[in-house]
This record gives sequence, structure tokens and C-alpha cells, in this order.
Amino acid sequence: MGNTILRMKEIEKGFNGNTVLDKVNFNVKAGEVHALMGGNGAGKSTLMKILTGVYQLDNGTIEIEDSKVNLENTRDAQQAGVSMIFQEFSLIPKLTVAQNIFLHREPRTSLGMIDDKKMVKDSQRIIDDMGLSISPKDLVENLSVGYWQMTEIAKALSINTKILIMDEPTSTLTKTETEVLFSLIHQLKQSGITIIYISHRMDEIFQVCDRITVLRNGTNVITTPCSEITMEELIDHIIGGNMVKSFEWVERPKKEDRKPLLEVKNLQSGSRVKNVSFSLHGGEILGLAGLMGSGRSETVRAIFGVDPVSGGEVNVRGERDSFSSPKEAIQKGVGLVPEDRRSQGLVLGHSVRENMILSSLDKLSKNKVLQNQQANKKVEELVKKLNVKTDSTQKTVSLLSGGNQQKVVLAKWLLNETEILLLDEPTSGVDIGAKIEIIEIIRELADAGKAVLVVSSEMTELLAMSDRVLIMKDGEVTSSIERKDIKGEEDVERAIQGEG
Amino acid sequence: MPSKVKGKLINFDWRQYIVYIAFVLVLIYFSITLAEQGFMTTHNLLNIARQTAMISIMGVAMTFVISSKEIDLSVGSVAALSAITTALTMQAGLGMISGVLVGLGTGLAIGFVNGYLVTRVAIPSFLVTLAMMMIARGLAMWVSGTAPIPILSDSYIFLFGSGSVLGVPILLIWTLIIAAIGHIILRKFTFGRETLATGGNEMAATYSGIKTNRIKMTVFMASGMMAGLAGMLYAGRLQAGRFTFGEGDELSVIAAVILGGTSLFGGVGTVIGTVIGSIMIGTINNALILQGLDVSQQMVVQGIIIILAVAFGRKKKKA
Ligand SMILES: Nc1ncnc2c1ncn2[C@@H]1O[C@H](COP(=O)(O)OP(=O)(O)OP(=O)(O)O)[C@@H](O)[C@H]1O
Ligand SMILES: [Mg+2]
Repeated sequence: MGNTILRMKEIEKGFNGNTVLDKVNFNVKAGEVHALMGGNGAGKSTLMKILTGVYQLDNGTIEIEDSKVNLENTRDAQQAGVSMIFQEFSLIPKLTVAQNIFLHREPRTSLGMIDDKKMVKDSQRIIDDMGLSISPKDLVENLSVGYWQMTEIAKALSINTKILIMDEPTSTLTKTETEVLFSLIHQLKQSGITIIYISHRMDEIFQVCDRITVLRNGTNVITTPCSEITMEELIDHIIGGNMVKSFEWVERPKKEDRKPLLEVKNLQSGSRVKNVSFSLHGGEILGLAGLMGSGRSETVRAIFGVDPVSGGEVNVRGERDSFSSPKEAIQKGVGLVPEDRRSQGLVLGHSVRENMILSSLDKLSKNKVLQNQQANKKVEELVKKLNVKTDSTQKTVSLLSGGNQQKVVLAKWLLNETEILLLDEPTSGVDIGAKIEIIEIIRELADAGKAVLVVSSEMTELLAMSDRVLIMKDGEVTSSIERKDIKGEEDVERAIQGEG
Repeated sequence: MPSKVKGKLINFDWRQYIVYIAFVLVLIYFSITLAEQGFMTTHNLLNIARQTAMISIMGVAMTFVISSKEIDLSVGSVAALSAITTALTMQAGLGMISGVLVGLGTGLAIGFVNGYLVTRVAIPSFLVTLAMMMIARGLAMWVSGTAPIPILSDSYIFLFGSGSVLGVPILLIWTLIIAAIGHIILRKFTFGRETLATGGNEMAATYSGIKTNRIKMTVFMASGMMAGLAGMLYAGRLQAGRFTFGEGDELSVIAAVILGGTSLFGGVGTVIGTVIGSIMIGTINNALILQGLDVSQQMVVQGIIIILAVAFGRKKKKA
């Protein structure tokens, strides 16, 4: 690990008079993997957007390789050797991998036409260097999410990147894909590329990073080598206080006698859901574990009436019901926190308030007239309860940080007081403090008699809250394990991967 | 502290209010430059209100259509067809009530077909309503045999054309009633939220339990019905049904809506803005006439206004 390659000094940035970054100092050494951590809305993405020329700083200086740089736009940043893999992908699905890698920089033939051959050849070289097994001619839309990300990285590497920024790269990846990513990070490091890594997943940080910087409320609270800090200390720095609650599983009293609220029998839907059966009782938290592509999201979508059901039964409170639309599901007290908050969960251009009340319009209205006071009260309550970081409930939701947007999606269903909750990756992008709060809220909901089904690829989280875990493989539920019979994450991993 | 104030000022989203500011400026400008031609007289102002009533009324419904991220190009032709069907019904001696019901029903039926084709057959609304624009105009010519159909009922002419109550022209009263209803539905009723959410992000709206197809169906039917009403007002004003009514109105209506601050990209809409937009376009046309310019020049000016409206109404760039 060499000299300091990047110096960001006394960086200040505000939006509409609200300070987001307050004299942040951030130094990165050449060839290291540097974790940038902090709670939702701490300013991580903002700092990195300044470094990539997306936002302009109000005050401060940036030096790359000891010379001061002025980053007015993304092109300036690229020329200075900085590239970013965004929280939201920026690929064009209908184009091939090679076309995406060379978008806007297509090599030309002497006649000025696009040189497809060279493009494919150069892309192949990069892909080979990365040790991937995709073809430059594959259409991006046909690749799995993991490979989208690989394509993004290939794109960054094709432009002589010195500093590569990854903003929550693993939030959409499976465990195996995550491992592929980590070995790639390792390899990039060997070849001298510096990486800034943003994530809310603690275990990952200690696995891949050399040093850590923690931002809190727009200031740098600590920069330290990974080896000199413990997980607990790190969490304390992030949330700025001692944490009482933790990721420990607590056994909750069981109420066996009641009839199940939700019963699914031999459910079939699309090509991914082949034979799913389970029952979910009031007061129960049921975890659904499986690999990506095993059909978990498709299962909850089918139950919720988004995807058409092609076979089997869904029974709600003992009555046979198959929902043909989410509206029917909601009327019967079923709610879904969808997998993708940006496309399925939020109307990004609308305010926090509008989004939170959207699935409860019927409940919040009298004779179809919206009761504004009642709505405002509920919204205020939830903003407080979930600790959503926003200047006002009127703020456009797309201007909130990623984790705070996720909280708004969750709030939609808390406001609705839904009895049967289907949660698909409910804490995606949420910081460690808020994760614990959300787990606590889910427990409270179950204690109050609600039924909760949770899909999560984060095993620690799944095991922290589930009373029972269903294992899903290739469109079928293969087993159901009581939480108290699970010793550790390995048990579940084995069941997920296992032959049986 | 000063930096905070500056931040607030820059943050003031003047685009949202641009139509009101522009409208006031336009009024002030013409009241000075056209003082001698009698621009600011009550007579002239009421005249503007009368002339713009149809565009405003169609604009109210179009605000919902555009807010839901759809478009309706058929409104002008539907107005003509409804004027004809109303006039024919009354000519056949079936009375005013039937005439009115047939006129509104014509608009409603066409709106239903538009909505059906958009939501069930999944044809983009641009294409559906472009075709419907031709079909409705063609039908209007066909059933009327291209001849004007006179309307003789005095009460119809009073209610839908030249009447006035306490000095307020009936056309202005219609405009105010429709605008008030539209505004309240958009702002106070769940239907308004659902329309905006559908236009803002259809998938998220569906996941939130909104039947987006039903919303779209409803807004197309409302648009058809308001076009029908506008056609009946044209007929009342000119005391006849003519197939030429409302030619080119679709563009004026869309211009008024966009000028008023409703987003062509869906999810943002304002009924009051639309009405102001419509009146402003009418005011400028009126002023051009007072200045002695003719229809050709009005068209040029109107085209420029549309471009300016869209340019200023564009989504705010990222900070
Ligand atoms: N364009 C903008 N306009 C107004 N406020 C903004 C804008 N961009 C970011 N913010 C605000 O700045 C703060 C920091 O946001 P940022 O996205 O940097 O957080 P983050 O640390 O990346 O959080 P997360 O972990 O949730 O992604 C947030 O409170 C956010 O609402
Ligand atoms: Mg972020």
C-alpha cells in the first residue's frame, strides 16, 4: 500500500441550506480497499458524487496524486481516473455487453463507422482479465443482476480507472455472486487499483477492506485500519452511541392453537414457482431462505396478486382466495414490501407523505375524500417511529438517501396496519442501526398478532427474527426448520445449497 | 444566515408558478399597450372568457389524462361530433334533454373506446386517439352531410351559448363549475392521488393497490365527456352543429395544460394552472386580433408559446 492517492480536504456541501457534508476530510491510499461507512443519510453517496463530478462541492479541495483537481462533471472525473458503480445501475438492457462497455466511446474504423470487431475484442480482453465467463455479445437484459454489475465494473476498467467507487455493490447479489465480486476486488487490488467501498453489511467490510472511514452527520468521525477496530466499536462509531439491542435471536412465545392466517398449497406461478406450500400463523415470523433465482420474490408476488397464479391455492383466514390484483390482496389485509423500491415501491417524483399514504388511500378517506389531517398525523408518527431522515414530509422521495427511501416503503404498510405482511428484502440499503430498529418493529408487529413472511438474503438478519425458516430451492419449498433447531448460519447455507 | 436565505430563494420553484406570473405580466403589458383598443374593458375581458371556455373545459379533463401519463388527441373532433349528434337529436324533435344526453353520451362512448383500446388492447394512447381524431371528425362530416344543422331551441341557446346570469356569461359559469369540480377531485379525492400515482410510476401504483387500468379508463371517459360538453357549447354559441368545430383544439388544449404546469411526463398536475394557461392563450390571441394581426400570425405565436411552455416546464435539472 503506497502513498495517498486521494485527498479530499474540508469538503462542504449543502442542499437548500441544509448542510449535508461539514468539512469532511477523506484520504485514501493507493492500492487499498477503503470502506466508507455511516448511517443512512450520513453523506456517503453525496461525498462520492462530488468525487465523480455529479455534484459540485460548496467548499474544499480535492487532490488526486498530489495535484489539485476541479471536477465539474463526470467526464472530468473519468479523466482524473475516478469511476463509480452507482447504487442504481446505468446500463442499457437492450444493448450487448460490449456495446455497453464502450457506450459513447465506440472505437471507429478509418471510415468513421463503429468498429464492432475491435469493440468485441477489447471487451473480451477485459472480461478475460476479470476472469468472467460471459460473452461480449450477450444482451445485458439476459444476464443476471450479478453480471450487470460485472459489466459495470468492466466498463469502469476500460477507461483506465485508478480509483473505483462501489456504492452498496452487494445489496442485490447472491452469496456466490458476492464471493465472485470479492475475488474480483482482490484481483483489482493486486493490479494496483484503489477501491472505495460503501456498504451497510458489517461482515463484508472486515472481509475485504484495509481501512475504514466512518461518516456521521456529515463529518468524518474516524479513519482507521480494519485490523485495529472491532465490530462493536465500529457500530458505536456509526450510530454514535452505545447499542443496547443486537442481532441476537430472541425466542418468542408461540401461539400454536390458532388457525393459520395465510395458507399456501401447491402454488404455481410463471416458470419460477413450481410447488410452494406453507402456512403462516398470526404472531409468527416466517423466514424464506434460498438462492437468488430460487423463486422467493416470485412466490410473494404471486400471493400478492401481481403475478398470475397458474395452480394451487392461497387461503386467507381459512377462506379460499386467489388475488387477481394487489388491490384485492390489500383489501383482505395482505401487504407486500417489494424487492425493488425504486420501480415497485415508490413514486420517486412524489413526496414522502404522498408515498406513505398511497396504499392506504381507502382507509384514510371518507366518501372518497382524503382526510388530510388524519393522513398527516399518521405520516408524522411514522417518520418519527422509523427515524426517517428528511427535512419535511413534503420532500421529494428521490432526494432521500437510499436507506431512508427504503424506510418509506416499509412505512406504507405500517400505516396500512396490514395483518399479513410479506417483506421482500425489507432492510436492503438500510444502515446497521436502522436494521436493528426494523427487526425490533417486525417483532413488535408479530407480538401484536400480525403474520410476517420475510425474504432476506442476509442470513444474520433472517436468523435474528425468524421463528421458523422455510428453505426454497428451484421453485419448491424443500423444508421447514424451527429456529431453535438451527445452530448457526452454516446449517441454513447447507440446506439451501444441499442436495437433499 | 445570508447563505440560508439565498438557498431558499434559489430553491423557490418558480417553474411551478410561472404561468401565474406570466399571466399577470401579459395582462399588464396589454392593458398598457392596447389601452386605446379597449383591451381592459369588461366587455373585452368577458369576451375572452367566452372564447376560451371550451379549451378550458377540455383542458380540465386533459389535465387528468396527462397526469396519468397518457394523451388524448381526439378531443377537438369529439367536440364536433357531439355538436352534430346533439343538433340532430333536437332537430328530430326529441327535445333538449335528449339532445344534451346524446351529446354527452357520444363523448362518453368515444372516451370508453379510447380507454378500452389503451388499457385492454395495449395500444399507446397517442396512436389510439390520433386514429380516433380522424374517425370522429369523419363521422361528424358523414352524419351531418357536411351541412350545418341549426339549433332552434331558445333554452338550449341560453344554457349552452349566449345566456348570462347577473351579467356573467353562461360560458364562464360552465368553465368555473367544471374547473372547481376538476380541482376538487384532483386535490381532495382519492381518485386524484391515484391518477397522479399512476402517471408518476405505474408499477409502484399497482403494487400499492391502485387499479391503474380503471384510472385510465375513467380519465379517457371524462376527457370524452368534457369534449362532448365543449362541442355542445360551440353549438349553443353558434346556434348550429357544424363538423368544423374544434379543429386544432387538441393542440390548444394540450398547450394550456402544459403551460399551466402539468407535466408531460406524468405524475404532476394542476387544474387551476390549466385554466389560467387556457385563458392566457386566449388573451394573447385576443390581443393579437386587437392589434390587427390575423389567424396566420396567431398560429405562429401559439406555436412559440407551446415551445416556451414545454421548455420552461421541463423537469428541474439535478442540483
Ligand atoms: N439532491 C439533493 N437534494 C436535497 N437533499 C439531498 C440531495 N441529495 C442528497 N440529499 C440529502 O443529503 C443527505 C445525505 O444523503 P446521502 O445520499 O449522501 O446519504 P448516504 O450516506 O449515502 O445514505 P444511505 O446509506 O442511506 O445511502 C440526505 O439527508 C439526503 O436527503
Ligand atoms: Mg447512499
